Amino acid sequence: MTDTSRRGFLFAGSIAGAGMLAAACTSNSEETGNTNQQSVSTGGDNDKPGTKVTIGFSAPAADHGWIAAIAKNAEAQAKQYSDVDFKPVEPTNDINQQISAVESLIAQKVGALVILPNDGEQLNQVARKAMDAGIPVVNLDRVFPDKLSYRTWVGGDNYGMGVAAGHYIGKKLKDKGVAKPVILEIQGIATLPLTQDRSKGFADALKTYGFSVTAKQDAKFTVESGNQVAGNLLQAHKKIDALWNHDDDQGVGVLAAIKQANRNEFFMVGGAGSANAMREIKNGGVLEATVTYSPSMASSAIKLARLIAQGKGMADLVEKQVPQSITLASETITKDNVDRYLPLGFES
Amino acid sequence: MKDVSERPPVDDPPGGRAAGGRWPWPAPGLAGAGAAGVRHAGLVAALLLLVLVGVITKPDNFATTGNLVSILALAATIGVITVGMTFVIIGGGIDLSVGAIMALASVWATTVATQSYGPVVMALCAILVGAGAGLVNGLLISYGRMVPFIATLAMLVAARGLAQRMSDRRTQLVRPENDAIMALSTTKVLGLPLLVYIFAAVVAAGWVLLNRTTFGRRTFAVGGNPEAARLAGIDVRRHTLLLYTLSGLCCGIAAIIIMARTTTGSSTHGDLYELDAIAAVIIGGTLLTGGRGTIIGSILGLLIFTVITNLFILNGLDTSDQLIAKGVIIVIAVLLQRRGLRTPT
Repeated sequence: MTDTSRRGFLFAGSIAGAGMLAAACTSNSEETGNTNQQSVSTGGDNDKPGTKVTIGFSAPAADHGWIAAIAKNAEAQAKQYSDVDFKPVEPTNDINQQISAVESLIAQKVGALVILPNDGEQLNQVARKAMDAGIPVVNLDRVFPDKLSYRTWVGGDNYGMGVAAGHYIGKKLKDKGVAKPVILEIQGIATLPLTQDRSKGFADALKTYGFSVTAKQDAKFTVESGNQVAGNLLQAHKKIDALWNHDDDQGVGVLAAIKQANRNEFFMVGGAGSANAMREIKNGGVLEATVTYSPSMASSAIKLARLIAQGKGMADLVEKQVPQSITLASETITKDNVDRYLPLGFES
Repeated sequence: MKDVSERPPVDDPPGGRAAGGRWPWPAPGLAGAGAAGVRHAGLVAALLLLVLVGVITKPDNFATTGNLVSILALAATIGVITVGMTFVIIGGGIDLSVGAIMALASVWATTVATQSYGPVVMALCAILVGAGAGLVNGLLISYGRMVPFIATLAMLVAARGLAQRMSDRRTQLVRPENDAIMALSTTKVLGLPLLVYIFAAVVAAGWVLLNRTTFGRRTFAVGGNPEAARLAGIDVRRHTLLLYTLSGLCCGIAAIIIMARTTTGSSTHGDLYELDAIAAVIIGGTLLTGGRGTIIGSILGLLIFTVITNLFILNGLDTSDQLIAKGVIIVIAVLLQRRGLRTPT
């Protein structure tokens, strides 16, 4: 009897202790004060307050640094303008929910819509509905198949990303005079068209130097999957010349695996352009470069939506209206220019 | 419910039996440890076959110390979880929340606030969060009378949500001043990283707990026939509570390993680990209905999976084929076990 009560006491004590630790440990405040949002205000007279515009915004809710940065950038950019009323809807990874969220924005008769669809094909119909109702849609990154469904598309260049990585690796190995280089590729989710575009660009660019990819494996855009795949790949190839990893978020895991295997005979190129990758590049190590697919495109999308709704064109172009489609170039960040890009890097 | 008549009646209170038997009572037609030995022989044979494939297809890469270390280090995370899962499943339950709990523990242990207390508190925090979440599972199931599948499914969703909220959907890096955590995967003793020793220690502790203690016997009894166990004087509810807490605790330890390996805490860690862990346990010969199973079998099952992944990547094969192979292996393993069960009776 006494034994049980003493155990009960100890048990209660440990629970209380855990509770106290819990209260102390959930705080993340130091880092959330991070001011990494990209909001830029340039562009001639266009930034002067104009007609009031309500901009609706809908994006997926992925727990991925890049998409988190998309939502933050859009909001930060919208706040720059006194004439913009920003209406984000609850982010979701469920196609159905995103459709009804966009429908609710249409019902509210917003002035413009910025949509990053979970899936362009499946959201096409509701975007078309918005356009039919006279609401201009700025399609962010994942493209709607039907041109009647959006006024302007702005997004990254996945093929170009592969090309940029391929040129960096190809040129460097050619200059070194490596005859038959071992080039590895760690993809993101292999079934996505964007991954296939990236790989195709990479292979095409390498071909111009007479090189090809020795082996490629897919990870899942997560740190852990990157770690696992890289851990195995490093065992499969005892001597590597270059490695391209599609995504800087999973790259954290890839870099950890390289460090654990104690390898440094090769160089690595990343993808997307996270702040962490840029810091690694700056410190100098295996990761020498990363090719951008910058979430700053969300800031640009808000600017474009505002201009479209106000009927203005882009200041640096002659045209009176915003172009129909804008593809961002994938830029290569190396030690030489990393300081210029650091403010654009997103925290993974 | 289960057919009680197929088992001998419970005549001895748990712990009161001579230490010779592996289970509180022998399963029908199976001679205790001997049958387990036969099943393990099958798993070891399968593993050896895979090793043979590796040696033949990639002679220079497969049978190297580097690759062996890599396989063990990769198996460590799910391995620790699998030990806890084996207990839960033998006890007649299921834990779907293991991956999510590990993610939550890794996130909680890498918040700025936790990291400011240093690596020891980080590790302690991971373990406490894991055990705490497991305790909640246990309370819901034993005293809340919820079905394990539902209760742990709820925990899966909620723990991931909490992990996302806490981390603000970001990958939280372990800070340089806490690199003692990373040292678990970079420091090597006798050629093996420390985390492999943690894995081994958890397996050893799990084996002793299951096979050499009253707790282990009660687990078999509760899983085999909860009603009989209750009549035999076992506090089934309290025992169930402890089983889920144990599983959560293992997830906490796994969180430390994943932090060491990836240098991060993230809400995306451990995605679908529950399926890998359950598959390993099933391949290892543990009955999903409870009452029978072994830790060694589960670990062999897990190693088979890890070696397959390794083989596929070494040979540069597609991930899709790897998934097909794993599915086929689960089916074959279960079919073989069914036959093994039927023939002696």
